[in-house]
Formats: sequence, C-alpha cells, structure tokens
Amino acid sequence: MTDVGEAVHAGWESYARIVASLIRVTGDWTLAEDCAQEAMAAALERWPRDGVPGNPGGWLRTVARNRAIDVLRRAAVEKTKLQEVAMLWDPSQPPAREIDDDRLRLIFTCCHPALSLEARVALTLRTIAGVPTADIARAFLTTEPTMTRRITRAKSKIAAARIPYRVPTGEALAERLPGVLAVLYLLFTRGYDADGEPAFASEAIRLARLLAALMPGEPEAPSLLALFLLQHSRRDARRDPAGDLVTLDRQDRSLWDRAAIAEGLEILLATPVEGPYGIQARIAACHAVAGTDWPSIAGWYDQLVRLQPSPVVALNRAVAHGYAFGSAAGLSLLAEARAGGALDNYPTAIAVEADLVGRAGDRPRAAELFRAAAAAVPSAVERRALLARAAEMGD
Amino acid sequence: MKYMMFVCTDTEPETDESRVPDIEVWVAGNDAAGRRVTGNVLAPPSVATTVRVRGGEVLLTDGPFAETKEVIVGFDILECADLDEAIAVAAAHPMAHHGRLELRPYADR
Repeated sequence: MTDVGEAVHAGWESYARIVASLIRVTGDWTLAEDCAQEAMAAALERWPRDGVPGNPGGWLRTVARNRAIDVLRRAAVEKTKLQEVAMLWDPSQPPAREIDDDRLRLIFTCCHPALSLEARVALTLRTIAGVPTADIARAFLTTEPTMTRRITRAKSKIAAARIPYRVPTGEALAERLPGVLAVLYLLFTRGYDADGEPAFASEAIRLARLLAALMPGEPEAPSLLALFLLQHSRRDARRDPAGDLVTLDRQDRSLWDRAAIAEGLEILLATPVEGPYGIQARIAACHAVAGTDWPSIAGWYDQLVRLQPSPVVALNRAVAHGYAFGSAAGLSLLAEARAGGALDNYPTAIAVEADLVGRAGDRPRAAELFRAAAAAVPSAVERRALLARAAEMGD
Repeated sequence: MKYMMFVCTDTEPETDESRVPDIEVWVAGNDAAGRRVTGNVLAPPSVATTVRVRGGEVLLTDGPFAETKEVIVGFDILECADLDEAIAVAAAHPMAHHGRLELRPYADR
C-alpha cells in the first residue's frame, strides 16, 4: 500500500485544481473551497482505513464534484449549470490545458491589484494553498476573526465589483505579472523571516513552480522560482542549535540543500535575465557556490539598483561593494543610500554600517553601532545575533 | 455590469501632465462603444443643497453633506464587461492624471 501521508500530501496538489475549476464553473468561491476541503477531509478519514485509491487526484476531484452537485441541486440551480459541473474532469475529454488555465486564472484573480496587497496574500494562501485562516492570521499578527473578515471582504469585492476570473493577455499581462510575482515574493519572505511561518516559504515555492510551468514564455516566473530555491537551500544552516541566526559566511555549508541549489542553478542556465528577479536569483546563485564572487555580486547590484532604485536595494549594493572593493567603497555607497532619509533608524542599515566600520578597523565604534541596531530591531532572534556581533567587536 | 464613476479632485500635489487625454475624445470614444451610458460635469459643492427628513420635517442644509478638500466634480455611468474594462476606461480619462476616479459597481449587478 502507498504511504497514506504521502498520498494525502500529494492530494494538496489537487486542491488548487479543484478550487480553481469549481470557481470557474459555479462562480461561487465559498462553495468551491468547502467542496475541496470536504474531499481532503474524506481522504484523511477513508484512505488510512480503506487504502489509498489508484488515482488519488481523480478520487479527490470526484468527491469534490459530487459534493458540489449535491449542494447546487439543493439550491435549485438550473440544469445547465449542474451539467457543466458534472462534466468537470470528465475522463472522456482531454481538458488538461484548461485545468491548468483555471489555476492560473485563480492566481491572477487572487492577486488582482484592485485588492489590497495584504488581502491578495491572504486570499492566495487561503484559496490556492488551502492554508487555514488561523495560520494566516498568526503570520499577519492578527486574530482569526479579523483575518476571516478580511478574506470574506476580498471575496465579496471580487463578486460585487466583478473582478474578472481570467489571465490577462498582451500588454495587460506584462502589467499584471509583476504584481503576482510580488505577492509570491511577500509570501516567501513571510516564511523566511526570522520570526516567520516556515510553511509559507514552501507554499511560495510550490506556487512559483506552478507559475513557472504555466507561463513558460515569461522569464521572471522561473527566475523567481530559482531565487526561492537558492535562498531556501540554506534554511537548515541559518540557525544554530539554540535557534540563533547564523550569518552566511559562518554557515555550515554541508547543511545546504544541494538538490535545491542544483535545480536553481539549472533554471538560471535556461532563463534569460529580464527583470529584477532574474538579477536577484543570480545574486543568490553567487552566494550558493563556493568562494563567493563579490565583484560579480556588486555588478549585479549595480544593475538591480537601476531597475529598482529603492533604498533597501541601494543598501544591499553598499554591502556588496564593501566586500568586493573594501569598506571605504561600501561606506561611501551607504552614505548615498541613506541620503534620502528613508533608512533612518532602519536596523539593517545601522548593522551594515557597524560591519563596514568594524572591518575598517574602528572596533569600538562598530560595537556601539551593533548595539544601536540591536536596540532598534523588533525581532528577538535578530537582536541576539546583533548583540553577539557587538560582543565580538569588544574582544 | 454598470459602474458609477465619480470624477473627483485630488489634493495631492503630484500629477501626471504627460499625454493627458482629451475629454471630448474620451466621451466620443466611449459613447460610440456603448461603454458610457451618461455623465456630466457638476456645479461646485458651494451650490449644493443637502436634504433630510427628520421628525416629519424637511431639513435643508446649504452646502454638501460633508466638507472635504476633495470634491466630486462630475460623474459617468459606465457599462463594462468587468472591473478590468472599467479600470481601462477610467485610466484613459483626463482626470485620472490630475484628480482621482472612484469606480463603484451597481449593487444589483
């Protein structure tokens, strides 16, 4: 017998398909989610007892579809709609392409710019990834009822304002794709942050993989996937046994996920650099191979800052130049990055200055700055890491 | 799907004066395509009259129901397939460049 846990896990791959297709045919988001969840629950109950069916995905789709037909029939929905639902995933038809498009439609609708960014992330997690509302609420530091309201409000807006269930084409696609990628990126960082929800990083990778597979003509989609894989490859090396953060240069590289790195690098070999994620993925690739090539990283940041002239990118550029060309070069770019005032009291900027000043030889000043950064940072894990750096400077 | 488009001024100083569309072209194009049901420019809020009935009595107030810096200067009723089409129509309106437009769908769809 197939391992039940594995089969149920694989069943989650079907979840988005079921939800996406039921939404397209019925237009009812809640119905689609309820039916998909009931199918998952039925699998969890029956598979351990009766064994895993030969085609677990097909089994789940059938259960979800029959449930949807039951509900719709009781609601006295017109016959044509029922027939349409009954025809879903009919094995006599080859609708594979359309099912893929359904999931893509769902992603683009959940990430529509007429919804707030936070609502987009929450809706994507809830509807496409099936993450429980309680978990989403925790990641957003809010209560479950508040998050439920926020998701419900987003769904009502989709219906009331008629946000289309469609993948945009042509110029509109180029306009909208960066927004979708930004939602996945935010999802990933929510999982990757020191105090984040680690499962979100895996969800972001799963969704980026789906997007890359569904949009082969858009280099930024596989670039984002490669970026995630390369960053995520270090997940087991980022913390020491006490749970404290370990900086990149001190990580035990034997803990890095070689398979993820290999996959990320392979994607980049086949993908042209077209936008910011292509550049960021290449920076991550430079970090993932032995003997970090800082001059190359500095060069990539020069390109990135032209595409994305944000203070945080300028800050990272200063770090790269500091390692590549010496702390004076880094400090001069740091001053440039800070000129606008947007980085005032930003703990990372203070820590970067501390590191550069320390490497330039002024250890007492570096210790002072690391302590200032620690005082400004909200995360306890990061605070401990900064205080440890400060202590090192005092030696 | 019908949308009420409120045409409003904006107190934020940033505007986009590059390639501002012509209002006559906007009206003619959307009328011809059947996307604009009606619409007009409104007289200023200073000539507005607010009407309420309380305790069986008609109460009138001189002026708008709320004093705001942003004011509604016009409206259009749009007939669009979905929000994306309505957004495209709104984005092509000259007031999108130096004011703001609010799209409100009809509640009865």
